[in-house]
Amino acid sequence: MTRDAGFDDFLDAVEAGDPYYLVDDDGGAHLPPMPHDPVTGEAGLTERPVPEPGEILTHTTTQIAAPQFEDDTPYVTAVASFGPVNITGQLRDIPPENAEIGQAVTLGVDRSETRDERVLVFYPV
Amino acid sequence: MTDVRVAGVGMTPFGRHTERTGRDLFAEATARAFTDAGVERGAVEEVFFGNFMGEFAETQGHQGPLAAEVAGVQAPATRLDSACASSGAAVRYGVERIRAGADVVLVGGAERMNNLSTAGTTEALAAAADALWEIRAGLTFPGAYALMANRYFERFGGDREDLAHISVKNHANAVENDLAQYQRTLTVEEVLNATSISSPFGLYDCSPISDGASAAVLVSESFVTAHDLDAPVRITGTGQGSDTFALQDRESMVRTPAAERAGEAAFAEAGIGPGDVDVAEVHDCFTVAEVLALEALGFYNPGEAIGAANRGETTIDGRLPVNLSGGLKAKGHPVGATGCAQISELTKLLRGDHVNSDAVPDAEVGVTHNAGGTVASCVVHVLEVDR
Repeated sequence: MTRDAGFDDFLDAVEAGDPYYLVDDDGGAHLPPMPHDPVTGEAGLTERPVPEPGEILTHTTTQIAAPQFEDDTPYVTAVASFGPVNITGQLRDIPPENAEIGQAVTLGVDRSETRDERVLVFYPV
Repeated sequence: MTDVRVAGVGMTPFGRHTERTGRDLFAEATARAFTDAGVERGAVEEVFFGNFMGEFAETQGHQGPLAAEVAGVQAPATRLDSACASSGAAVRYGVERIRAGADVVLVGGAERMNNLSTAGTTEALAAAADALWEIRAGLTFPGAYALMANRYFERFGGDREDLAHISVKNHANAVENDLAQYQRTLTVEEVLNATSISSPFGLYDCSPISDGASAAVLVSESFVTAHDLDAPVRITGTGQGSDTFALQDRESMVRTPAAERAGEAAFAEAGIGPGDVDVAEVHDCFTVAEVLALEALGFYNPGEAIGAANRGETTIDGRLPVNLSGGLKAKGHPVGATGCAQISELTKLLRGDHVNSDAVPDAEVGVTHNAGGTVASCVVHVLEVDR
């Protein structure tokens, strides 16, 4: 699979144990790829480490998937808060019925069952 | 600022028309609209056409001039893609073009979806989400709205049964609407027991996969006068809003600021407030979307619209009937056609020639709310009728 600049760099960083977000001059937090402050257009965003663990804000168990995840169903997709940034990923190592809002999670990278492609995931703490 | 009149509207029946092309569907919708309008095709000065997934479904891009051609119109033509709000955006561009001096503009949209597999349609619709942060995490569109629904339940309360009443209401509204994909009622139990798609949504929380087209002929006041047209419905307000593309970047996943901004702008142009609205067609692509729409437009405070259908406030005999057409849920949701279809149905409701017009015989003001993605895009229109 062709790499997506910025996003795959983020996955590399998660795999290396150093996930990061970007912060602008006003303290606004953004996820890569973000070339500049999306509000002001100012360049010069700086990297900061993503604080872990995060906390699940919401989740859903998907039964009907797009072709690239057809063999992965059912799977849990969640949005989790990691300090100043929220991140979307799949929840691993827990039965879907046990997924809970408020669950503490860490970031990881796994492979999809269907196409063996990298997926951003959450592991329960 | 000149008023914009809706001279005529037209739709195909929405449904499963697997073998019909988008161009065929749009030709039918525009023929109906021109007949309804009593306007010659040669008078059209510009065409705005909404379509979202033509490249996926028909390997067909560059659909603006194609839309004009099948409509029998020779005029500059542009396709707009704003996901499920594509033809709402087309209507808005048409309104602005009339205000800028044109006399006649053709607007509308079309979508062919059922020639793809369910998985293929799911993939195509997901293209309205963030390809990196959402699609690569396996997020589907039902999944995205399911995330919003579960967050809403956590923040404000409510449950699947509250959402089920929205589906039941909109299906009941569609029973007599021959343009609707599903002319049958549902019970709360049927909704709750349906196959799970993406929790908390079952099949009947989701709008169907639909084929169809819609069109409207918009004209200036002076054109109406010069040609002695019968065009009692005016578009008196238009508004559009945008928001962060990915759901994860929203300050709140239970508010839709793009819709709030679009609604405020449209209401301000029309010189009205939410309390002046008699009837609304809102974007119920999933049951929770109707809740979020009603709150964004100011009909309810945040957290208070969840039980509106259950309480009978938005039903056909309620104080604010919502989605008398059947909504996206039962009328169907050929995504690129939906926004203009709302205009078509609301125009007929206000004129008095819709099958459900008798439910709102004195209605003077109606609103349409058409959302794209997880409401990263939204277009709102205010329609008023001469009484």
